[in-house]
Amino acid sequence: MNRRRVVVTGLGVVAPGGVGADAFWSLLSEGRTATRRLSLFDPGPYRSQVAAEVDFDPYANGLRPPEVRRMDRAAQFAVVSTRQAVADSGIDLARTDPYRVAVAYGSAVGGSIGLESEYRVLSDDGQLDLVDHRYAAPHLYNYVVPSSFVQEVANDVGAQGPGSLVSTGCTSGIDVLGYAAQLIRDGSADVVVTGAADAPITPITSACFDAVKATSVHNDSPETASRPYDRSRNGFVLGEGGAGLVLEEYESAKRRGARIYAEIGGYATYANAFHMTGLKADGAEMAAAITAALGEARVNADQVDYVNAHGTATKQNDVHETAAFKHALGDHAYRTPVSSIKSMIGHSLGAIGSIEAVACLLAMQNDVVPPTANLHEQDPALDLDYVPLTARDRRTDVVVCVGSGFGGFQSALVLHEPGRAAA
Amino acid sequence: MTPVITGLGITAPTGLGVEAYWTATLAGKSGLGRITRFDPDVYPATLAGEIHDFDPAEHLPGKLLPQTDLMTQLALAAADWAFEDAGIVPEQADSLRTGVVTASSTGGFEFGQRVMQSMWSRGNKHVSAYQSYAWFYAVNSGQISIRNGLRGACGVVVSDAAGGLDALGQARRQLRRDCSAVLAGGVDSSICSFGLVSQLATGRLSTGDDPDRAYLPFDDRAAGHVFGEGGALLVMETPENALARGAHQVYGHLAGYAATMDPRPGSGREPALRRAVELALDDAEVSPTEVDVVFADAAGVPELDAIEAQVISDVFGAGQVPVTAPKTATGRLNAGGGSLDVATALLSIRDGVVPPTPHVERSPRYDIELVTGSPMVARLRTAVVLARGIGGFNSAVVVRGGLPTR
Repeated sequence: MNRRRVVVTGLGVVAPGGVGADAFWSLLSEGRTATRRLSLFDPGPYRSQVAAEVDFDPYANGLRPPEVRRMDRAAQFAVVSTRQAVADSGIDLARTDPYRVAVAYGSAVGGSIGLESEYRVLSDDGQLDLVDHRYAAPHLYNYVVPSSFVQEVANDVGAQGPGSLVSTGCTSGIDVLGYAAQLIRDGSADVVVTGAADAPITPITSACFDAVKATSVHNDSPETASRPYDRSRNGFVLGEGGAGLVLEEYESAKRRGARIYAEIGGYATYANAFHMTGLKADGAEMAAAITAALGEARVNADQVDYVNAHGTATKQNDVHETAAFKHALGDHAYRTPVSSIKSMIGHSLGAIGSIEAVACLLAMQNDVVPPTANLHEQDPALDLDYVPLTARDRRTDVVVCVGSGFGGFQSALVLHEPGRAAA
Repeated sequence: MTPVITGLGITAPTGLGVEAYWTATLAGKSGLGRITRFDPDVYPATLAGEIHDFDPAEHLPGKLLPQTDLMTQLALAAADWAFEDAGIVPEQADSLRTGVVTASSTGGFEFGQRVMQSMWSRGNKHVSAYQSYAWFYAVNSGQISIRNGLRGACGVVVSDAAGGLDALGQARRQLRRDCSAVLAGGVDSSICSFGLVSQLATGRLSTGDDPDRAYLPFDDRAAGHVFGEGGALLVMETPENALARGAHQVYGHLAGYAATMDPRPGSGREPALRRAVELALDDAEVSPTEVDVVFADAAGVPELDAIEAQVISDVFGAGQVPVTAPKTATGRLNAGGGSLDVATALLSIRDGVVPPTPHVERSPRYDIELVTGSPMVARLRTAVVLARGIGGFNSAVVVRGGLPTR
């Protein structure tokens, strides 16, 4: 039986440093950073005081006042990025059977800004044990259940196929693309509007990451605070953003003459069953995910042109995934450029996987591998080619994009030129 | 590949464990009552389906207790019971091919309220390490994976109250890829003051204070629902895996599943629940006349009840199939409700009896054969379970007894 193949035909992005794919790619290809001193609230009392924020004007991005009122910032990122993606794809959804269009969207922490700001009002900044319902915003429930993001996107594009939010913490943005591709493969949909968004730069999220000492304390140099693979790395920089993608069944995309960014060839996820926040140094489960995803894509390890790493810049992560890449790719790991765009746009939790997938698609389109910024002195324990500082021209036809997160989840996605599949 | 269901883990306001829950359900015993977790007097809604007799310390190691919300404690217990019921020792399972898929709606919400209160009343240093992960939406899948050593594909779906069925659909996808067994379903809880207030914002909570009259779907007196906590986790396996390990029981199989989303409000298009039911029947290769019982979503909101009753009449014929909603005894369990209804449907098939819809008096307004009062004895092979989530989510599952024939 011929298996249904899945391709990406549209993309959109709302990321620190710029809204839209052009601004995003300029930042990445020029190796600039969008991290800065946190400004969305006063970071003074916090251990980590840096962030990668989006300069985002919802009105300038086409949202109407009632939409802005009812949507959390992350939901706004979701709607804006998916609108970009649908427009970019050129698909006319009004002429597509709405029941064949699915929405699968990812988020780790959902409407966290709305949730916390509502809590502050209703509890009078924590003074009340019993929160006061008389002050509740009418759309409070939308902030509490991130499924509201799917509702917003589905209503916005007119989709009526299967709808679900995928929330596997920091791998959400990758897992949702694997899930979306599966919806097309198994015939549940012909088109999936997908992606992921998070806007977690809030006091409570900052306090939580302070507590596990996961975030960077390069507070005196915010522009260079995110330092994956560098000796001086000391944690990730909290970010925010959203990405939208349009996935289509390959044959129907070809028939309508769509521009095809890449095929989603393979995906896999495993769990380390080890610790909610800790990683084993051997990276076994991430390696297994990469191997399984390559297998599904029918791509050999030595065909991989680029690895978009999780690269958070925590001590533990960078060791973990370096081991995983060596295990999965063998000697080829040493010949494969590996980079972390979190050095430039921080770590937007559940959103980042989809944003990184968009970066991979742009890398493939431009045949340029984005760099790891701020990598001046590589940790001697980390011995792969992490593409320090400057983007690199390189033919990029096969890409592996990985994610790792709380709960012990390890995920890998393989994107490739459609011609590279042994179909 | 059609997955079989070989183990059930149930935590519900009416009973902990399969047999306690099932006995109470057949007896029509209600688990609804005035909220005891906090004083609800200041709120317009004062009722919930609380689980009262669960002592987490009896089931879980002490170190896990301060790290976990009640939702997760219930889920960990339900996971243990489901594996035990299936005769699976998780430590001996093929760990890379055994996964966990849970549905979530609000995450560990009571825990979240406590963390925010600690921080905003005492300062940002008063947040501890484990508070950083105890309340995110993925916590149940993560904790179940870690406690049981399961390294296979883990998933978390959020589609409000439709999620409990979507988790089973997603588990089937993983079983069709590379898993041999998946623990799937939802266990949910948000009975704290912030949780109640969030639910109040939906406008769907009943403001009645009589537990026997507050949640009355398909009844002329319907005026909203009562929320509750708990849910069910199901052991789903490939038939080959169940046979190879010599599974001692098979409740049935997941014959069909489908999900749709409602059109945008004001579009004039019809609600999408009917399409979800039709697609699930197609997927199961089951005709409407083969369906022996329907477990309704039973919103308790007159307009939503009318839509569902119409769909059931249209698809199965007016009054042609018994319909039940035992959830009027537990309250709506949000992400936990769908999988609990599937578990209940499988027990109904096992014992040849349809449990009743407690408290509800049938109304001539709805052309459905609602089972009320006492249980209905019947030969059952095929059940349809419906679930809808706020935001326009519709899901339908078809379960059948025994092993799949194809």
